[in-house]
Amino acid sequence: MESRIVSICRRYADDRTRLMDILLEVQRELRGIEPAAMELIARQLGITRVEVEGVVSFYAFFSRRTKGEIIIRVCDDIIDRHAGGREIAKVFVEELGLAIGTTSADGRFSLEITPFLGMSDQAPSAMVNETILTRLTVQKVRLVCARLREGTEPRDLVVHTGDGNNSHPLIRAEVNNNIRLAGEVLLCPVPANAGLRSALQRRPQELLAELEESGLTGRGGAGFPTGKKWRAAADTAATRRFIICNADEGEPGTFKDRVLLTERADLMIEGMTIAAYTVGSDAGIIYLRGEYSYLRPYLESVLQARREHGVLGKNIGGKQGFDFDIRIQLGAGAYICGEESALISSCEGLRGEPKNRPPFPVESGYLGFPTVVDNVETYCCAARIMEQGGAWFGSFGTDRSSGTKLFSVSGDCARPGVYELPFGITVRDLLDRVDAPDAAAVQVGGPSGEMINMSQFERRLCLEDLPTGGSVMVFSQRRNILEIVDHFLEFFVEESCGYCTPCRVGNVFLKKRIEKVRKGLCELEDLAYLKELGKTIAVTSRCGLGHTSPNPVLSTIRNFPLVYAVLLKEHGDGVQASFDIQAALEESRRLAKRRSMIYDPNYDEA
Amino acid sequence: MKKRIATVSLAGCFGCHMSLLDIDERLLELLQQVEFDRSPLNDLKRFTRRCDIGLVEGGCCNEENVHTLQEFRRNCDVLIAVGQCAVMGGLPVMRNAIMHSDDPLRECLETAYLDSDKVYNPSNQIPNDAALPLLLDKVYTLADVVKVDYQIPGCPPSGDTLWNTLEALLAGKPVELAYEQLRYD
Ligand SMILES: Cc1cc2nc3c(=O)[nH]c(=O)nc-3n(C[C@H](O)[C@H](O)[C@H](O)COP(=O)(O)O)c2cc1C
Ligand code: SF4
Ligand code: SF4
Repeated sequence: MESRIVSICRRYADDRTRLMDILLEVQRELRGIEPAAMELIARQLGITRVEVEGVVSFYAFFSRRTKGEIIIRVCDDIIDRHAGGREIAKVFVEELGLAIGTTSADGRFSLEITPFLGMSDQAPSAMVNETILTRLTVQKVRLVCARLREGTEPRDLVVHTGDGNNSHPLIRAEVNNNIRLAGEVLLCPVPANAGLRSALQRRPQELLAELEESGLTGRGGAGFPTGKKWRAAADTAATRRFIICNADEGEPGTFKDRVLLTERADLMIEGMTIAAYTVGSDAGIIYLRGEYSYLRPYLESVLQARREHGVLGKNIGGKQGFDFDIRIQLGAGAYICGEESALISSCEGLRGEPKNRPPFPVESGYLGFPTVVDNVETYCCAARIMEQGGAWFGSFGTDRSSGTKLFSVSGDCARPGVYELPFGITVRDLLDRVDAPDAAAVQVGGPSGEMINMSQFERRLCLEDLPTGGSVMVFSQRRNILEIVDHFLEFFVEESCGYCTPCRVGNVFLKKRIEKVRKGLCELEDLAYLKELGKTIAVTSRCGLGHTSPNPVLSTIRNFPLVYAVLLKEHGDGVQASFDIQAALEESRRLAKRRSMIYDPNYDEA
Repeated sequence: MKKRIATVSLAGCFGCHMSLLDIDERLLELLQQVEFDRSPLNDLKRFTRRCDIGLVEGGCCNEENVHTLQEFRRNCDVLIAVGQCAVMGGLPVMRNAIMHSDDPLRECLETAYLDSDKVYNPSNQIPNDAALPLLLDKVYTLADVVKVDYQIPGCPPSGDTLWNTLEALLAGKPVELAYEQLRYD
């Protein structure tokens, strides 16, 4: 073990900031990062064991115990659950004779649940080591398990590879793009490097002006004006600057970056290169979520091809002195690492905890240098803007939300998938396209967004009305709204980084109270409690996760008051509906072997 | 007409009642305005009629506490949780910390009566007489069990705090407590 660990660390020059990569490799090679391994890594990097353990314990894909040779992770987002994900997990349990969260005695298999794989348009899904399996059925799972037991390699489980680059020899995934509607900016055919060529003929200041004219706003969810961000980074007096592409795509229901990474990787990297030229950067990082590691070999090959074509690396596009190269940073299963400052922490080999702001990443980001963090789609748009002009881009969309947007639609509709449409279309328009005649509720923007009811389907998808990073989940009348809310809270409880109390503790309280509502044990006052607590969490949390985690509760109280009303009870006698004296006495009755003189009416008959 | 007050100590230590006596000579003033109904202060064990104010010390750790509390809720217009035990469970609530056990109540009793080195219990039995009320699975605060109108923190709340509260309540005015009067220890 020792020599393997030492050689892994050496490969990263014993650089402590590359701890993520080191741990990913140790995890893969040794199938776990045991205390002795942490000790060795710490010694090799000259840090304390606790620092290593802090990182190991933070990420879902690292484990302190040795895992099976084959790790099966069944996706458990709400869409997968509605598509039968729970049953799928049960079949794995039966077939492998393993409880969820355990490893078989022979060390062959580990079975786990994972919050979101990014495949809601082809649910239910699971990940077997790095191989993604989609549209699972009971029969298919039985077959998969049988083949795995026979010794089939996970990647050989793939029978039918998907459309487009999903069948590329370096991807070969059972994933489909499900591009249902290609718009005029990103999913239409795009010329290679036209934006970059045009950009390199102009001065950075002109590019900033072009970007500002386009009105491009961040596609990752927050909608910050991209031109303003790039300008802020360019205006710093720093010796180095970094360009980071956020390919963490962790917001449940979002899978459009998956499609862009598969089909528009060149365009995205072109956009990053333009950003580098514009703000003056020589190095970039693509932060790729661990769940998408199946795309990594392909992305590496695209980077390599670009280097060979002179559009990445030294003297890009023949421009003397413009050097820029990119590395891929793989994540390890943490939603919070999509938050830009947590993402930077992760790239620095730290726990994926958000940082205090200010300073903002554009002032002090990766390793303390000004850093531009943008979403995959944002870079793709930027490249198109440099080719076609800001005015052209601004001609799509609304006043404050220009351009087209990729919407990833999933749930109760006939045509789930990715739709490229101008910002500002109505929810109803989108529902018609996805063929969802019995839609009763739509969750816009993922769990952190807003749940709207049927009377609100005329609302528009744009920053002015309903913002979304892409996630649109459709629910029919058959679905239980509060089950969905409960599930979203479970997600936030699980994914909170735990740094600040309102989020770490508050979300647990929110969830407990929602559970009570679901059991019919709440009264009107409990709604006031939920609203008050939700507001407190939103206002006092440290980062965007806590700012938005109460949204499932707050938006459904607002938009689905009747769902709550039918479950609330009113007790005139002043007792709390949630207090159950019979349950509270159960244990005592058993231990004392007698009944209650007060609360068991037939006490004497005992 | 004089207002009627009832008081009781549930899973408390009577410290809060002692604190009420700490209002000293103001007791006489209080008695000008109120009449005590059910209370340990006069040893009345039953409500004689409906009361305006109920003061409850201590949380609920057994069925009798719950029963008494429900009776207070039924018989009092305004119910006040007095002291840390009533508001948050106080010292008794420490047993709720036994969480990662399959049988927390048994573990609690065994530690209290059998296992601890501090225990002298020659009969080696856990008390279990038919006259003893059954324990609840965990300790509940008053607000867990019934609607509570006011909560006065402190262990115990000082005589002044109690006096100021009652004075304001009887006068029908909002109570103003100085910062130092609101303590949780
Ligand atoms: C909890 C949390 C998760 C996030 N996840 C992502 C993500 O997966 N992808 C993404 O692009 N942005 C995500 N963001 C937004 C980023 O913090 C940041 O705003 C974004 O990467 C900026 O890029 P943009 O301006 O191009 O959108 C997340 C934010 C929060 C608070
Ligand atoms: S709000 Fe939640 S995720 Fe964000 S820093 Fe606080 S605990 Fe961490
Ligand atoms: S709050 Fe303090 S004084 Fe009052 S009953 Fe509890 S322990 Fe005794």
